[in-house]
Amino acid sequence: MKPVVVVGASLAGMSAVQSMRSGGYGGPVVVLDASPEMPSDRPPLSKQVLAGEWDLDRAALPMARNLAELDVDLRLGLSAVGLDPDSLELSLSDGSMISAGGIVVATGSVARRIPGEVPSGVFVLRTGADALALRDELDRGPDRVLVIGAGFIGAEVAATCRGRGLEVTMVEAAEVPLQRVLPTDMGSFVADLHRNNGVDVRLGVGLDSFLADENGAVRGVALTDGSEIAAQVVVVGIGAVPDVSWLEGSGLELLPPQEGGGIRCDESLRAAPKVLAAGDCASWPNGSFNGERMRVEQWESALEQGTHAGKQMLCEIGAGQDPGPFCTVPWFWSDQYDAKIQMAGRAGPGDEVHVVDGSVSEGRFVALFKRGGECRAALGVNRPRLAIRARMKLAETLAWDSMLELFEP
Amino acid sequence: MKINVNYDLCEANAICMAVAPEVFEVRDDDNLYLLMDEPPEELRPKMEEAVRRCPKQALEIEG
Repeated sequence: MKPVVVVGASLAGMSAVQSMRSGGYGGPVVVLDASPEMPSDRPPLSKQVLAGEWDLDRAALPMARNLAELDVDLRLGLSAVGLDPDSLELSLSDGSMISAGGIVVATGSVARRIPGEVPSGVFVLRTGADALALRDELDRGPDRVLVIGAGFIGAEVAATCRGRGLEVTMVEAAEVPLQRVLPTDMGSFVADLHRNNGVDVRLGVGLDSFLADENGAVRGVALTDGSEIAAQVVVVGIGAVPDVSWLEGSGLELLPPQEGGGIRCDESLRAAPKVLAAGDCASWPNGSFNGERMRVEQWESALEQGTHAGKQMLCEIGAGQDPGPFCTVPWFWSDQYDAKIQMAGRAGPGDEVHVVDGSVSEGRFVALFKRGGECRAALGVNRPRLAIRARMKLAETLAWDSMLELFEP
Repeated sequence: MKINVNYDLCEANAICMAVAPEVFEVRDDDNLYLLMDEPPEELRPKMEEAVRRCPKQALEIEG
């Protein structure tokens, strides 16, 4: 019997394995991952692990704790370099081939880096090894940490470094933090949150060049406005790109960045018959949002997509029922200082923002994002109960009036 | 099967409430309340999912 091969041992891939086993599949499963070690769960990396509160073992994926029970042929340090969707053959980095009965592509994404040579002391934060390397450097007590990019990773690293008592400057080329997911006035709230916690926040300014000493160690950066900032540690958090270049020419359709990137899948996460994608690398029409094509780089989505891909795979190979289309309300949380930021749905630049509970000034509120007669997203800051209820409502309907009922006294 | 909440770790993110509102409730005081200490066996898959998803690793299944 040919194995189901899962490419990628992070949350999406391992959720697919878990889901196949829970669905009663007893056949062989091979899991490949380019990393020489089992990948970590990522949310704690920029928070508890970087803070020094957790060791890396504690940030293991839940499924990594019962590998024996999952009965997988785990091959670490080995990546797939090619895939033939017709023959279901994978070519591997060691020159070997695997003939699969089905393939789940869950290669995720890789941190976007600044092109060219960078001095030592410049870090990205994507993997457990990245987190440990950065933590070691923070343990030395640098005079200042410079964070480039005020997305999730940048903002959480800034908050964690302040929690460690370090001086922090955060530089963002956009006018507001978290611009990709939050409309402008909500992003301003995040900028204020960081300023109130002692971060030197510089918005609308980009990196011009790194400054290094004679040993090639970073000593700061020059910015596009002509200013220079001295720092012994620089963290680059400028986003991630789906790790799909190995599929170029495979016959699977890859979307260009302006269409969101990733592997083009159908509503059931199928890239081809018996070839599924899950997690950061998958683009699919989301039935919860009128079939809008989405690619989501979020923890919860990776878990849910992996789980769905596992069920769908059993259907593809004749070992389970059709689970139907994959529908979800994207969801993220981010802990920064004492703010629990939770967001459900997907806001767009033209959405009307309505604060329906609490107030932005007191740092405790729920904001809804309205487009036409629909509620497209809900943002909660220190309102976990309401944020979760809003998310459950979005999963039921996008109708604006139904959402408003939740917030009526 | 018994659910234990480590309240030193719990930050009431309410993720568990999305998974199993019949067992977990975050109230207006932003604290997590268990609606039943010993959920019936048929809820085990949901309880396992809640444990897996808790960002603070504050939940545990006993038995």
